[in-house]
Amino acid sequence: MGKVQRYFNKTEDISPSSKTSPSKDTIVYNIKPKLKPWGRRQSDKVINKKKKVVKLPNPNPKFKGKVPIPKKRLKKYARGEGINKTGIKTKIHQKKFEKKEKVIKFAAQQAARAEVLLIEEEGFLEADAGETTTQFTQKQIRENVDITAASKCFDLRLEDFGPYRMKYTRNGRHMLLGGKRGHVAAFDWVTKKLHCEINMMESVHDVCWLHLETMFAAAQKEWVYMYDNQGIELHCIKKLHRVTRMEFLPYHFLLAACSDMGYLSWLDISIGQMVSQFNSRLGRLTMLTQNPWNAVLCVGHVKGVVSMWSPNSKDPLAKMLCHKAPLTALHVDPRGQYLATAASNRELKIWDVRKLEGPVQEYKLITAANNLNFSQKNMLALGMGNVVEVYRDCCTTATKRPYLRHRFTTSIGNLNFCPYEDVLGVATAKSVTSLLVPGSGEPNFDALEANPFQTKSQRKEAEVKSLLEKIQPELITLEPNVIAEVDIPTLKDKIDAKQKLLHVKPPKINYTPRNKAKGKGGSAKIAKNKKIVQEQAKKEFVKSTKDFIPKLNIQKEQQKESGVLDRFLPKKRKT
Amino acid sequence: MKVKVISRNPDDYLRETKHDIHKVPRNYDPGLHPFEAAREYTRALNAVKLEKVFAKPFVGNLDGHRDGVSCISNHPKRLSVLISGAYDGEVRVWDLPQKLCLRSFVAHEGVVRGVIYNPAGNHFLTLGDDKTIKTWKTAAPQFGEEEEPVNTVISKTVLTGISHHVKDPVFATCGEICQVWEETRNEPVRTFEWGVDSLHDIAFNPVEPNLLASCASDRSIILYDTRDSGPLRKVVLKLRTNKICWNPMEAFIFTAANEDYNLYTFDTRNLKKPANVHMDHIGAVTYVDYAPTGREFVSGSYDKTIRIFETSKGHSREVYHTKRMQRITCVQWSLDNKYILNGSDEMNIRIWKARASEKLGPLKPREKAALNYSEALKEKYAAHPKIRRIARHRHVPKHVYNAQKELRTIRDKGKRKDANRRAHSKPGEVPHQPEREKHVLKEDQ
Repeated sequence: MGKVQRYFNKTEDISPSSKTSPSKDTIVYNIKPKLKPWGRRQSDKVINKKKKVVKLPNPNPKFKGKVPIPKKRLKKYARGEGINKTGIKTKIHQKKFEKKEKVIKFAAQQAARAEVLLIEEEGFLEADAGETTTQFTQKQIRENVDITAASKCFDLRLEDFGPYRMKYTRNGRHMLLGGKRGHVAAFDWVTKKLHCEINMMESVHDVCWLHLETMFAAAQKEWVYMYDNQGIELHCIKKLHRVTRMEFLPYHFLLAACSDMGYLSWLDISIGQMVSQFNSRLGRLTMLTQNPWNAVLCVGHVKGVVSMWSPNSKDPLAKMLCHKAPLTALHVDPRGQYLATAASNRELKIWDVRKLEGPVQEYKLITAANNLNFSQKNMLALGMGNVVEVYRDCCTTATKRPYLRHRFTTSIGNLNFCPYEDVLGVATAKSVTSLLVPGSGEPNFDALEANPFQTKSQRKEAEVKSLLEKIQPELITLEPNVIAEVDIPTLKDKIDAKQKLLHVKPPKINYTPRNKAKGKGGSAKIAKNKKIVQEQAKKEFVKSTKDFIPKLNIQKEQQKESGVLDRFLPKKRKT
Repeated sequence: MKVKVISRNPDDYLRETKHDIHKVPRNYDPGLHPFEAAREYTRALNAVKLEKVFAKPFVGNLDGHRDGVSCISNHPKRLSVLISGAYDGEVRVWDLPQKLCLRSFVAHEGVVRGVIYNPAGNHFLTLGDDKTIKTWKTAAPQFGEEEEPVNTVISKTVLTGISHHVKDPVFATCGEICQVWEETRNEPVRTFEWGVDSLHDIAFNPVEPNLLASCASDRSIILYDTRDSGPLRKVVLKLRTNKICWNPMEAFIFTAANEDYNLYTFDTRNLKKPANVHMDHIGAVTYVDYAPTGREFVSGSYDKTIRIFETSKGHSREVYHTKRMQRITCVQWSLDNKYILNGSDEMNIRIWKARASEKLGPLKPREKAALNYSEALKEKYAAHPKIRRIARHRHVPKHVYNAQKELRTIRDKGKRKDANRRAHSKPGEVPHQPEREKHVLKEDQ
């Protein structure tokens, strides 16, 4: 039993020459590889970029890491596809853009994950088997709901002062109502605290809240007046004459109004300037709504045409022939996706307003709808005479029966869903009512946009911040995000510019020459110098446009094709 | 039937006491935030305008010298100490936060050509026109003691510039010849010679400490190795270089301030053409210094302005000037990357902010977040014409404005002439010469 032989103790001869004796078949090549200096060798150039991922064993196998985000939710927060990387020429820039794309993707994922933090949930109304939601009355709903929600359903009987119109503020906390005979009141409808109640002693056609609950505008018999929330008259705007409908664009601080004479006006209330006012040449305008996604005004016309206007051009941005009969009502949903139009031939059509296509859905109603309003959750409220019907999901699917229905004693003047609440406000000829519509409002608000629980100091700060971020009216277009895109002039624009060059005349320089000192002046010299300057300008102009003109001529010549029947073509008269 | 209506409990949304902060629930749904691009654009415009409103770069000046300031130097370890030498041989040590002079004494008879600290910061060396190199202690002399140098070295040749090694007690001087000294010896350890021309400036590479660069009066830049090799390479430009500075972060990059109003950033691996040409000055560039981050540098020129450039860009991002500031002799970037110090002909040393609209002092977290957001917005919308116009706008003195116009017409004329030649000759006869290749005459080994 001796010691175990260790490999380093072996005394065997391990020299290669003794180990393997080359047999006669094998040919031995002695190659000495030339070592190139470091950096030139192929192996030095290839840098192994793959990071060695070391997977640590999971300490708690119950939790398998981060929860995967559902694709639909991620799509909601993603801002479109990334850029096309094949267009980038240099590698450094490619890498820079890849890094940016990673960050953007991460931001979208984090926003999608943050949905878990939202505390409120949507409302709902479910009917048991054998029942439909349509049969439920407001009374029944009120009985089955908690007391604070039940107090949101109320009815104000205002019999004396004419058919009413009402509006909510942007945060859905304050209500403004105006009667045709001059009665205007502003109050906080949740706490039922009255801000002001006055009678204008003349007819009021429309009322509108401005950016905060401290100011509102009333379109009275002749002009538009602005009031404080205590009822003190602040301004009388004589430029807005005989206004029928008003809309406030909150991010641009513009009060848009359409008048009896067909004028469209945009008034910037932060600086008090009229941004744009012109005649739309469509006659009397009575149907006005704004597209909240791109701040464009949609005007409905008796000819069944909906036209879209922005303060930057005197012609409409777009026109859509919606119905064969006069339009009675129109409204755009808060996300700017769908436009609902109703006509006097009892039709209701839903259009895709981003692509300006449609109709996505078509319905036939019992009577013509006079009022339309979309809620934040895409519920559509129709006002047909005395009856209000609320439809759910009418844009994506063809619904057969309404979600809720309510009948009033008098005809409806105005309808508005309250933002961030499950409430529909209806102003009729003799009352202003608040109805409960479960599931119509967005449950989770963003306090930096609109806060129903805003305190006075928060309101002040928010006003200043929103004024700093006021968007200039020049940016109102059909596509709101065009400012962030690269401006590539279309081929058509380039050809138009070239064509214009043909008609551009050389600049004519006219100036009064200087009076020079005795030896240098003289009228002859002055005239000569003037001529020299003018001819120089002409020569330079001709030189700069010389390149463009011959190319266009060549194109014209190529278009001439000789045919057999050319003799019968009308001859071009030489001008 | 099952019903639920949204009913919010106000206690969840209102703060409990007035000493709390307000509750701000958020919902990031893009449908609730319309006009994203337009609002961001408006915010970017506001950010750029505010940057101009808060752009007040001048912090203060150090008054006291009785003749023009010839050289300044930062302390390697302390941010509040600055040393400066003047044309009358006086050396002053300053306390920057209080803008006071701590010590002042006459160091040399004649101009003080260079002032430099040793890496530990306890001694500093001064170089004078009287051919001496004196070593002094950083600690101020006790009451009753006089200012005396620790060591005086008399050299045989005239000396014009000095540079210290990063770690070792070795420094190099230039004058007629390049000499490398050790702190303990009175004779140079090594001498390098290449050609018979005198050298204006010398700089040790802070990252690769055996490398030296110097600029000679035959319009060349010479690279030396202090190990056995000696002079390595020489690159000849069209006009003389006044100063060289190595990039503290990248070992092989240095920037040369040239007489032909430009600065050239060279890569030592390829001296045939500069890695970058920085054009914006309208007078000879006299001094260059890098920021500690290695991404920007500051240059002072004969045209009474200081310009800050980024290493990758060809034009300056900032220009500082004052009516009272005359020809600039030296510029330094402070080691905390916040301030720029410059000495000029009219006996003043001025302190500027490196970023003109920066807020000095501690920032609250909300302020910091808001400023970061503004920076990101400015970067995102930098290409928009209105925003670019505001960001680019700088007021510049009349003589600079007129000279810029003149230089622009000169360069346009050159381009137009080239274009005409190209248009009227055979294609390929007149090739496009890239800007970077136009400035180097030759390279020598």
